[in-house]
Parts: sequence; C-alpha cells; structure tokens
Amino acid sequence: MFTCHRLCRYYPVRDTLFGAHKTIKALDGVSFDLHAGRTLAVVGESGCGKSTLARLVTMIEPPTAGRFSLVGDGNSKSMRKQVQIVFQDAYGSLNPRKKVGSILEEPLVINTRMQRAERRDEAIGMLTKVGLRPEHYSRYPHMFSGGQRQRIAVARALMLRPKIVVADEPVSALDISIQAQILNLLMALQDELNLAYLFISHDLSVVERICDEVLVMYLGRAVEQGEKRTIFQKPAHPYTQALLTSTPFVEPGRRAQRVLLKGEPPSPMNVPSGCAFHQRCPIVKEQCRREQPELREVAGRWVACHFAEAALRGN
Amino acid sequence: MNMAVEHVDSGAAAPPHPLVEFWQYFRQNRGAVLGLAVVMTITLVAVLAGVIAPHAPHEQYRDALLMPPVWLDGGSWRFVLGTDDIGRDILSRIIFGAQVSLSIGFLVVTLALVVGVALGLVAGFSRGALDIVIMRSMDVMLALPSLLLAIVIVAILGPSLMNAALAVVVVQLPHFVRLTRAAVITERAKDYVVASRVSGAGLHRLMFFTVLPNCVAPVIVQGTLGFSTAVLDLAALGFLGLGAQPPTPEWGTMLSNALQFIQRAWWVVTFPGLAILIVVLAFNLMGDGLRDALDPKLKR
Repeated sequence: MFTCHRLCRYYPVRDTLFGAHKTIKALDGVSFDLHAGRTLAVVGESGCGKSTLARLVTMIEPPTAGRFSLVGDGNSKSMRKQVQIVFQDAYGSLNPRKKVGSILEEPLVINTRMQRAERRDEAIGMLTKVGLRPEHYSRYPHMFSGGQRQRIAVARALMLRPKIVVADEPVSALDISIQAQILNLLMALQDELNLAYLFISHDLSVVERICDEVLVMYLGRAVEQGEKRTIFQKPAHPYTQALLTSTPFVEPGRRAQRVLLKGEPPSPMNVPSGCAFHQRCPIVKEQCRREQPELREVAGRWVACHFAEAALRGN
Repeated sequence: MNMAVEHVDSGAAAPPHPLVEFWQYFRQNRGAVLGLAVVMTITLVAVLAGVIAPHAPHEQYRDALLMPPVWLDGGSWRFVLGTDDIGRDILSRIIFGAQVSLSIGFLVVTLALVVGVALGLVAGFSRGALDIVIMRSMDVMLALPSLLLAIVIVAILGPSLMNAALAVVVVQLPHFVRLTRAAVITERAKDYVVASRVSGAGLHRLMFFTVLPNCVAPVIVQGTLGFSTAVLDLAALGFLGLGAQPPTPEWGTMLSNALQFIQRAWWVVTFPGLAILIVVLAFNLMGDGLRDALDPKLKR
C-alpha cells in the first residue's frame, strides 16, 4: 500500500570552520512496504537512522535520494494527510499554550472546511476513542500525566484519519505499566481503523509484542528484514543475533547464550569499508572488510551478510 | 460555549487558571508587588494629572521664585515641593512630567517590542542570509554605547521629544530581536512544532500561532525592564538638551534647567531626580518579579 524505495538522507557537515565538507549518511538506501492493518517495526541502536527514517516518511525532511509513494495517491499534498506521527516525548510534542481541544482541532482547521461545532464533535469523539473523557477537551497539556499526554498525541495523529501512523519510540519514555496501556490502545486502534504502523523502537520485547514485520538497521542500512516470526526464531545476521540475545527474559528457558559485541557502533561520519559491521562481527572474514554485502533472500527473509547461511547454522 | 464543561471540571483537583497561578507566584516576591503598586499609583497620578495637580505646569508665579518646600523655613502649603527659578510649582511639573515620561516610555517600548519581535521571529525562522543580515546589524548597534548611539541619532534628526523617543527605540531594538530569536530557535526544534508541520501548518501559522505564544514570557519581562531604561534614557537626553524642549515638564529637562541653582536651592534638582529614581526602581522590581513568575523553570 505504501512503498519506500531506496530512501537515502545525507547531511553535509564540517568539523572545523575551514575543514573539508564531509557527508553523514544517516540513511543509505532503505526500502520497505507498509500494508494496511499491519505493523513494521524498525529496530537498531541509537544513531542507526531510525528517527531519520521517521522524518522522511512523514515528510518533515525531503529524502536525498529514493522515493516513496502511497498506492493510488501520487499527490504529495494529499499524501501528507495520510501519514501522521506520534513522538517519543509526550511532554515536548504538545503545545503548552494551547488547550487539548485546539491541539486536536488544528489539523482540521488547516486541512478541512469543517465548522467549529463539527470540529469540536470530532475532537471529543477522538478523545473518547483514545480513552480520555470529553471534559479533558478544555484542559491544558500540563494538567495530564505522561500516559494521558501520549493518548492525546495519538488522538492528534488520528484526527485526519490517516492510513499510516509513524510511531517514533512512542512508549520508551513511559512507565512499564503505562507502556502496556498505550500499546494496547495502539493495537486496538489499528484493528478498528485498519491503520498501517511504522513502529520505531529499540525495545525488542515491545517490538515482539506489537509488530508483524521487522526491519533491523545498522548505520543507516538495513541488515535484516522480514516477517517477525522468522527473524525472532532464527535471526540470520550476526547483528540481529546479538540484539535478540541481549533482551533480558524472566523465564530461564528463554534465556539464550548472549552474543557479546565488541566495541561501540562506529561514527556515521567514518563508516568502515566493506560491511559496516565487520569490526564488531563475531564471524568476520577477509571478504567482509573489502565487499559491502547487499540484501539477499536467505531462508525466507532479506539479509545483508556474506555469511548468513553460516550464521543461521551456527545459531 | 465551554461553560458547561468548565463548570463540571472545576470540582476536585482542577488546576488553577493560568492567570491565578501567575498571581500566586508573583505575590511571593514582595519587592515585585511593591513595584507594581508604585507603577499603578504613578500611572493613576499621570492619568489624573489635570485633576490632582495644584497648579498648571507652565504657570509662573513671579511672587514666589525659588521658594523652598513646605517643611523648610519660608515654605508654604501653596507650593508643597517648592518652586523653580521662574516660579513654577515643582510638584505640578513632576505630576505632569509623569504623563510625559510614562506615555513616551510606553510608546518606545511598544514600538521596540513590535518591531523587535517581528525581526527576531523572521531571523529565527529564516536561519540563512536574512538571519545573518539582521543579527549582524543588531550586533553593530549593540557594539556602540547606547546613549552615544541615541545622541548620534538625535543629532541627525534634530532635538525634540519625538526624535529622542525614536532614538531610544533604535537603541532598545537589538535586545528584543536577540531575545525573540533565541526563544524562537529553542521552540522551533520542539516536537509540537514538528507535529504542527506534519499536520500541514504553513510558515505563517507556525510563526504566529504555534511558536510566538511560547516566546512571549521573556519578551514581556524585557518590555518591563526596557520601560525603565526608556524613562532613564529619555531623561538623559532631556538633560543633555536633546530630548523634550523647555517648557515641557519633562523630568530630565527639569534637571538640566535647574542645574545652576543646585547650591542655592537643592529642591529644584532633587525632586525630579527622585521621581526618575522611583519610577525606574519600581519598573525594575516589577520586571524581576515578572521574570520569576513567568519562568517555567522556576515553577514546581
């Protein structure tokens, strides 16, 4: 329904006043599809380009290269209405000087010709839909708790009846108990409105619970993508394996032998040659230092590793 | 139309209205409350000057030149604060001078605030060549001592009260521009502005409806403090003979006219000087209180 093809976003930087221009490849050729009623999770460490991806898809920034399109809708003006976003920080994402009602109505004021009373009905309807009460309409954001604010943010994202919602770490700033509430709300809304979610997270237990497909990113590139079940059961990329075994589990039976990574992710200003992961990879070979692996299909998912088959067998 | 909802709401734990909350914070600063009281009194005096002043400001009483204030030998209740060298009542001139100082101060602050906020908003949003042009020219204006710059401007335009006011506007402008630009840049990066853009808000809407209301607190404080600077600068220009021209009852002009009698009749210079001091102090105290009450970082 929504297709992204080889999206890239580069930032020019200079480290000193007269230094040479360098390019940070925050996002380097990521492709994926979103489908109505399904959730694609984007996971990876900080700095891997997850949030850049969110900014491109919501048209906050234009891509340097690549394109995305909504099937049956080539017009970018109307496309903007179809893609909305929920941010991580529920405190910064609501205008402190406006009442909840006018925060929710702003998208309608800009994009529709609705009358004041109609907008009010819409906003109050959406408030009840996200589990708040109609009297919250005339309160200010600072009167709400973090979880309630995130509900307001979700309500605002849905005011224009979008087809796609980008959720940029929507629960990682919330308490564990509130996280579950917001996730349940998101899933209930998905069922009701047939939404497609692009769910960005670094919390794999959240991802496992909510998503249908996974896209694992490392330094601006996709290293593995496919169905959640396939990847969570048998990850093929050494990086995915390391990520998955790093999730703590309460049940001793689910604890796996941890794959420990050496070092830190390299700076995106200075990406290693060949496979970007080779300096930290437990199964690195000579070829990895020279050749950059392309995404290829291995055992039912796409993976960018020269030795994915070996990694699968070893797992 | 929100009345019904609000009514239900105002029960148990409904937080106070922003204005009520503001007053609770402002009240805690006693100096600020004192400043506010003085400012309101002086404003009232200025508005009612025609009614409460015992004499007309230009009326010369030839029989009472340089008469001392009432509590000194030779003073009389006819001229409570004494008279000046040509027999004008000092109290009446100070009361009418409040009219001049407050109205010109208000004009100066309003002009500097409107123009400064507009320039700061444009600079903060454009972030390109336009930003550089605006900010560097403000830097040039800040680099010159403010009174010197004002004198230059009045020298070019010619001495009069209005030209002095204009000069003070120019001198105050950079403060408002820099303050607004800094606030705009901070606010612009926040998620609620991005969310507004995602829902399709245009530049005009982002500037005036989304970002500007969140930048007003520091600007209001600067406006109050700027008021006292304006009164002081106008008095200084008046004292130098570049502002209000005699016989306008302007405090600075009164000071400079009476300077030669400072040895013989101290009251002629003391009372206009005290008037300037009190007004400036009151506005500064009030501005400090406003800053404390409006700064979200000091809350809770």
